[in-house]
Amino acid sequence: MMNYEPDPPPPAASTPAIHADDLTVTRGPRTVLHHLRFTVPRGRITGLLGPSGCGKSTLMRAIVGTQAKVTGTLDVLGHPAGHPTLRSRIGYVTQAPSVYDDLTVRQNLDYFAAILDPGRAAADRRHQHVTRAIADVDLTRHADALAGNLSGGQRGRVSLAVALLGTPELLVLDEPTVGLDPVLRRDLWQLFHDLAATRGTTLLVSSHVMDEAERCHRLLLMREGEFLAGGTSRPEAGGDTPDALRTRTGTDTVEAAFLRLVDEATAGRTKESTR
Amino acid sequence: MSPSPLTTVKTTTPVAPATGPSALNTSRTTATAARVLRQLRHDPRTIALMVLIPCLMLILLRYVFDASPRTFDNTGASLLGIFPLITMFLVTSIATLRERTSGTLERLLALPLGKADLIAGYALAFGALAIVQSALATGLAVCLLGLDVTGSPWLLLLVALLDALLGTALGLFVSAFAASEFQAVQFMPAVIFPQLLLCGLFTPRSDMHPVLEAVSDVLPMSYAVDGMNQVLHHADMTATFVRDVLIVAGCALLVLGLGAATLRRRTA
Repeated sequence: MMNYEPDPPPPAASTPAIHADDLTVTRGPRTVLHHLRFTVPRGRITGLLGPSGCGKSTLMRAIVGTQAKVTGTLDVLGHPAGHPTLRSRIGYVTQAPSVYDDLTVRQNLDYFAAILDPGRAAADRRHQHVTRAIADVDLTRHADALAGNLSGGQRGRVSLAVALLGTPELLVLDEPTVGLDPVLRRDLWQLFHDLAATRGTTLLVSSHVMDEAERCHRLLLMREGEFLAGGTSRPEAGGDTPDALRTRTGTDTVEAAFLRLVDEATAGRTKESTR
Repeated sequence: MSPSPLTTVKTTTPVAPATGPSALNTSRTTATAARVLRQLRHDPRTIALMVLIPCLMLILLRYVFDASPRTFDNTGASLLGIFPLITMFLVTSIATLRERTSGTLERLLALPLGKADLIAGYALAFGALAIVQSALATGLAVCLLGLDVTGSPWLLLLVALLDALLGTALGLFVSAFAASEFQAVQFMPAVIFPQLLLCGLFTPRSDMHPVLEAVSDVLPMSYAVDGMNQVLHHADMTATFVRDVLIVAGCALLVLGLGAATLRRRTA
C-alpha cells in the first residue's frame, strides 16, 4: 500500500530512543495510563494510534517531561524523561499550535531559535536553521505573515517548524496532520520519512486516524490507557510493524486489526469476570 | 516540501549547555524581552493607550484642581507612581495568561529556557515601556502642567520605574490564578483597588482607622506613594525615601520570585 521502505535495518546506536516499564500516569483521581511497557526504536517513525481521549497526549507529555504524576520507568535518549539535557534534544508539537499569533512566522522561529542556540556568535547559524525549518514545512512564501493571519493548517506547520529547529534527535508530534488536506498530509509524511532517513531522527507521531498507521514503521495501538498492540507484542523490537499486525490478526487493514484486538480484549475481560 | 535543505543533514547542532534553573542567561533574557516588545509592536493601539492615557489623566487632574495647585501637586505626584503600576499589572497579567493558555509557555518550559530568563525578559520589556510611559507623564506634569517638585524629577522617574516593576511582578503572579481574561481583569480591582484606597492618596494614612493604617503599612503601594511625596517635599534624598525605594524594590523581587514558583515545567 505504501511505497516507503517498510522496515529499514536498525541504526548503529542500539539503545532505544524511548524505553518505558510499568509507566503509570494519574490525573486527579483518574489513572490515565496503566502500567505501560514499550520501546521506541531510534531512527524510525513510530505511530501512536488510538481513539480520542485514550491517553495519547498524556503519554507524549510524559515523554517530553511536561506531565506531572508519572511513576515507573521512562527513559528518553538515555536519560530519565524530563532531564534538563533533553530539552534541546527533543522537538515537541502539541495538538493545538503553540506559537505567538502576534508575531510573524519568521519572528516566531527567530525567538525559539534564540532560546535553543543563544548568543550573538550563533546568529548566522540560527538564521540558517530558521530558513531551513521554514522551507521544511513549505511556508517560505508566508515567512513574513503574522501567524494569527494564517489558516489553521498553516499555523500547525509553524508549530512544527519550531520543533524542527536545532535538529532534534527525537520528534514528538501530537496529531500533526489533523485537519490537513490530502496533499499537505502526503507532503508532511514525506518530510517525516526524509527526517528519519537522512537526519536519523526518531519520530513518535500520534493519530486517531487509523489509515495513517500504514505510513509508520512501527505501531503502538492504544485504548483506554493501555496498549492493544505494540507494547505487549514484540516490545524488544519496538512494537509491531503494520504488516506484522495485520498478519497476526488476519486482517487487511490496521483499522480492522484494531477492531479485532478491541473485540478480543473485551471478550477476554468478560470471560475473566464470569469465571 | 523542498528536499534541498535536507543536504545539511546529521550535523548535530552544538547547543549551549543547559543552565541551572536559577542561573540567568543574558542572551535568552534579552531574546525574550525583544520578543515581547516585538509582539507589542504589532499592536500599536495598546502602546498608544499605555503611553497616552496617563498623560491625559494628568491633564484632566490639573484642571479638576484648577483652583488648588497644592492638591494637584500631591495627587499628581502620587498618580505618577500609581499609573505605571496599574498599566503594567494589567498588561503583564493578560500577556502571561495568553502565554499560559496558548501553549507557548509549555513549549518554552520544555526548551532550555530558565524560568528566571523568562521572568527577567518580561520585566525588562515592560520596564522599558514603563520608562517611556513615566518619562512622558513626568515630563508633561513637571514642564507643562506646573507640578511643583522640590526634589529631582529623576527620582520621581526612579520610583515610577520601580512601581512598574512591582506591577509586572503582581500581574505575573496573579495570572497563575486566572483561568480566563475575564478573571485576570477582575484581579485588578481585587489586588490594586484596596492598595489605592489605603495608600494615602485620598487621605493621609495616619488619619485612617488604626486597623486600616496597620494594613496599609504592609502594602507596597503605600511606600510607592510615600516615596513620591518625599521627592515632592524634600530637596535631598531623605532616609525615608531610601527606605521607600528599597521596600518597593524588595516587594517587586519577592513577588517576581513567587511568580517564578507558579511556572511549572510539569503540569497535570
